[in-house]
Amino acid sequence: MRFMMLIHHDEEALAAAPKQELWADFGAFNEALAKAGAGFTPGERLQGSKLATTVRLRSGRKTVLDGPYADTKEQFAGYFMIDVPDLDAAIKWAERCPSVKYGAIEIRPLWTRD
Amino acid sequence: MGGEASEAAKAAERVARESYGRLIAFLAARTRDVAAAEDALAEAFVAALRVWPLEGVPGNPDAWLLTVARRRHIDAVRQWQSRRVADEQPALVNHVSALEDALDDIPDQRLALMFACAHPAIERATHAPLILQTLFGLSAAEIAAAFLVSPATMSQRLVRAKTRIKDTGIPFHIPDREQLPERLDAVLEAIYAAYSKAWSEIGEVASAALVGEAIWLGRLIVSLLPEEPEPKGLLALILYTEARRSARRGPRDEYLPLEKQDVTLWDEALIRAAETLLREASAGGATGRYQIEAAIQSAHSARRLIGIDNRAAVVALYDHLLALTGSPVAALNRAAAVSELEGPAAGLAALEPIAGDRRVADYQPYWATRGHLLALAGRKEEARAAFTVAVGLSTDSAVRNYLRSLIAH
Repeated sequence: MRFMMLIHHDEEALAAAPKQELWADFGAFNEALAKAGAGFTPGERLQGSKLATTVRLRSGRKTVLDGPYADTKEQFAGYFMIDVPDLDAAIKWAERCPSVKYGAIEIRPLWTRD
Repeated sequence: MGGEASEAAKAAERVARESYGRLIAFLAARTRDVAAAEDALAEAFVAALRVWPLEGVPGNPDAWLLTVARRRHIDAVRQWQSRRVADEQPALVNHVSALEDALDDIPDQRLALMFACAHPAIERATHAPLILQTLFGLSAAEIAAAFLVSPATMSQRLVRAKTRIKDTGIPFHIPDREQLPERLDAVLEAIYAAYSKAWSEIGEVASAALVGEAIWLGRLIVSLLPEEPEPKGLLALILYTEARRSARRGPRDEYLPLEKQDVTLWDEALIRAAETLLREASAGGATGRYQIEAAIQSAHSARRLIGIDNRAAVVALYDHLLALTGSPVAALNRAAAVSELEGPAAGLAALEPIAGDRRVADYQPYWATRGHLLALAGRKEEARAAFTVAVGLSTDSAVRNYLRSLIAH
């Protein structure tokens, strides 16, 4: 099964994190993803939610807001893709992701046609 | 219907449910599609529940269910060919053929199904209902009655959970050693939740069925995981409690606390079975929550049956349980045990740490115990106030009447 792993960061907690160690851990984690085979893609990291812009179109009228889609403590911060047999294997990958200590990893199965 | 005939009918129903659960588990483990598996066997199962109690259990129950399912399968193929409607029909056809292929050797996947139903990715409150439905074919309405929610809500929860199993990739397997403890906890918790539900709602029709299912599930998991001590601890705990079922109400259906029960009404065979299980569990290694709770029930039974004074041992067991779980309920029961040993003042002091805990603010036994200890300490006004809250939190009229009689004293 293919899963998208959505990383949500508590930006405050992240700001206080030991950066050097964290990014070194991320380097190793991305290596592990790259080695895991087809269907795995290393993490992509987003800029902070301060730089987000949110667009909506309602009854032909466009609104553009400066800021993220949801104003929550934990913000969408990046993602990685995996291809594993089941949810338990996906949960294991979520536990391995260094970001799990500074927020949450949301596991979403990809839509499949069958 | 005579007692013997109704016993035979119950036995037939039991076999029908067991066979049904085994076939569902086998199909669902292959496809992860619990709803489709249920659909493939639904009519055959209903027919078995109707026919077996009257005509007796067939020699090969699985094959019987399958023959009836196949008849529907043929109808489904015809319908599918002529109308080419109903998306679910090809799934049904595949399911029945898979069963036919495997009939001689259907592996027992019921434990795997149980672990899927109790997966942490499924809402906790749905674990027990889902197990009861998939392994026993209980209807959403029967389960709803036992869990005090509306049938519509229960049915929605069950459908949502089955969709989650199918679409989120919840696995059908017995977790590896590393994950087993926390996952096993969820399965045991689900079984205990089903039993406790049935225990606290006496007289309800659905709860009598639920007690049987919970004990059966407990036995099943003990037989499927014979090396694990905690399932034995849980089953022992349930059997100790069950042994006292007919003694917990007096002649006018009034509530009787353990100390006032007529021990000749206790079921000796169940107590012996519980003792054996508990001994095996203790020999099996690490001591868990259910083993300790069963040991406490064992001590209570021994005190009433043989008259030995084991109050200090009970407090020690509660110390252990509290350290292990940190649960306010353990703290509450420990305070009652401390009061038995050292008097009500010591009991009230032991209650102090959880006095402001929000988790016990609406917990009836907390207020009843507190009232009891205050009354023993001669603090009548405060005792009355606590008992009044306990009455307000009770849902059982016998318990309410008992508490009211304490207020009057």
